[in-house]
Amino acid sequence: MRSWRSAKAIRLGEAAQWGAGLLLFGTVPLLGKSYFVTMANEILVMGLFAMAFNLLYGVTGMLSFGQAAYYGVGGYAVGLLLSEGIVPFSVALPAAMVAGGILALVLGPLCIRLTGVYFTMLTLAFAEMVWAVVFKWYDFTGGDNGIQGIPVPDVLRNPLRYYYFTLAVVFVCFWILRKIVESPFGATLQAIRENQERVGFLGVNVRRYQLAAMILSGAFAGLAGGLFAGYQRSIHPDMLHWTKSGEVILMSILGGVSSFFGPLVGAAVILFIEDMIGKYTEFWEICIGSIMLAIVIFFPRGVIGTLGARLEGMRGNKGAGNEATRS
Amino acid sequence: MGGNIFLAQLLSGLTSAMTLFLVASGLTLIFGVVNVFNFAHGSFYLLGAYFAYQAVAVSGVGFWEGVILATLGAGVSGAVMEYVFLRRIYGRPGEAGFQILLTYSFILILDDVVKMIWGTDYKSISKPEALAGPLYFGEMIVPKYDIVVIGVGLLVAVGMWWMIKRTKFGRNLRAISSNREMAASLGVNVPLALSLVFGLATALGGLSGALSAPVRTVTPGAGIEVIIGSLIVVVIGGLGNFWGALVGALIIGEVTAFGILYLPQWAILFSYAVMALVLIFRPEGLLTKRSAAR
Repeated sequence: MRSWRSAKAIRLGEAAQWGAGLLLFGTVPLLGKSYFVTMANEILVMGLFAMAFNLLYGVTGMLSFGQAAYYGVGGYAVGLLLSEGIVPFSVALPAAMVAGGILALVLGPLCIRLTGVYFTMLTLAFAEMVWAVVFKWYDFTGGDNGIQGIPVPDVLRNPLRYYYFTLAVVFVCFWILRKIVESPFGATLQAIRENQERVGFLGVNVRRYQLAAMILSGAFAGLAGGLFAGYQRSIHPDMLHWTKSGEVILMSILGGVSSFFGPLVGAAVILFIEDMIGKYTEFWEICIGSIMLAIVIFFPRGVIGTLGARLEGMRGNKGAGNEATRS
Repeated sequence: MGGNIFLAQLLSGLTSAMTLFLVASGLTLIFGVVNVFNFAHGSFYLLGAYFAYQAVAVSGVGFWEGVILATLGAGVSGAVMEYVFLRRIYGRPGEAGFQILLTYSFILILDDVVKMIWGTDYKSISKPEALAGPLYFGEMIVPKYDIVVIGVGLLVAVGMWWMIKRTKFGRNLRAISSNREMAASLGVNVPLALSLVFGLATALGGLSGALSAPVRTVTPGAGIEVIIGSLIVVVIGGLGNFWGALVGALIIGEVTAFGILYLPQWAILFSYAVMALVLIFRPEGLLTKRSAAR
């Protein structure tokens, strides 16, 4: 907490962030190019995915390398339910959330048996397992062909309308995520990040909280996947590929895992970079890898976090560096 | 199932177990001594395979010379990665996360470097002529090359054991592994030892890739498959436990070999099932007494 600023100023600053975000995304279609709408839509979806990931990493301190599984399962829930005509979109989208949550409920208890690096690698291994199943189960998922021509309701067929729908859903999710982080439950998650052992000594069932964080993160990731499937109207096993998990980690650390909107900003930056690189070369992996390497070595707190801390330092407020980025 | 098919599958499982072991033992050695989980370890397998391809198929070097060059090449690349990049983040708060991110960035970079140099096509090299044919044991047909791979694997296992338990270098490594500061203050050159271990371990990964190049086609992106395979192996055996890597590799090699026989499409899932079982009943791994679950 920045003690030198009043609580009121902080609340005003936060309200300004939300307002600016909504205004920015709300006015993108006025730019008049469909390119910007597509881009903004992707930023919102990946931003939601990244912020769901950050509930695990930035808030609870669990580095999962398998979040793409939940994202992809959400996408496939919407894709399969709609293309088989089982339920309407209004049910399929929440079902994506449920699917992500249930998958986390199944895999989570196995992953949280180990901690630290082991946890990270287990999440990766199990996500690869889910990917392999989706990739190989032709009869059910269409294998590496994916599913095309997913029918969405007429109301949402217009990309612009779908964009505003995404905007509304995503910002409601941001608000819910914010409430979760601020709640006593969220405070416990942050305490687990700081010192898991000590929280355990206080009589808190740490594993139960970690599992809850995984389920929530999986559910929001699933919803992001569902939104993506509805917009693209096609899905592909690449949604579950491990590079997707890596991408979302990169977005979060680039934006800064300790600021609430950091992952969203990171998502925007990475998507623009990928788009630009994609125009010039097919070798985007090496570019993304080099950016990541530079961040790890030179900007360990994320570009925005590090720059923010520098700025605070220049204002003569030493020692705020650590705290300032953590809201 | 006839006895011959059974034995043939057993042997094929043993062969893939040995290539897995070579990678996994390096992974576990780095983890045990340097305390780093080298997520990019599979990429050195990839480098080894492509170096071997370059040496044997392009430059026309003999097969075994090519394998040795590939092993050395991968080892030098690994030591450079440790020396130039990884050592900058030792001891940083939240090191584990940064280790993963840094080594992850190397997967991406090395993947594209391989694509830039050798393209995305499938590559393969032929076995040395002397080892191309099969051996006959009664009615059983055994590819000679498999026997060589198994032999190399066993040789490495024994050599590593000897190095760790019987040499001065190995004693230093064990000292570093249990207390880095103490070892340093007793005069062990810790930074040098860490680079050497990294080089040695990535060389083993490269050796595995080079030996696999004639039996499996080489493609970019193989690195991640390999790292996940060896991850499963070390989780089963216990991360940081050298013999655990051997036991884990044997289990996964055989489970996959027999899985292919019964359910070819889903063979890969058997290894995950074994890993899940180990995690449920012995989260610290089969051969580790305690502590891994922390």
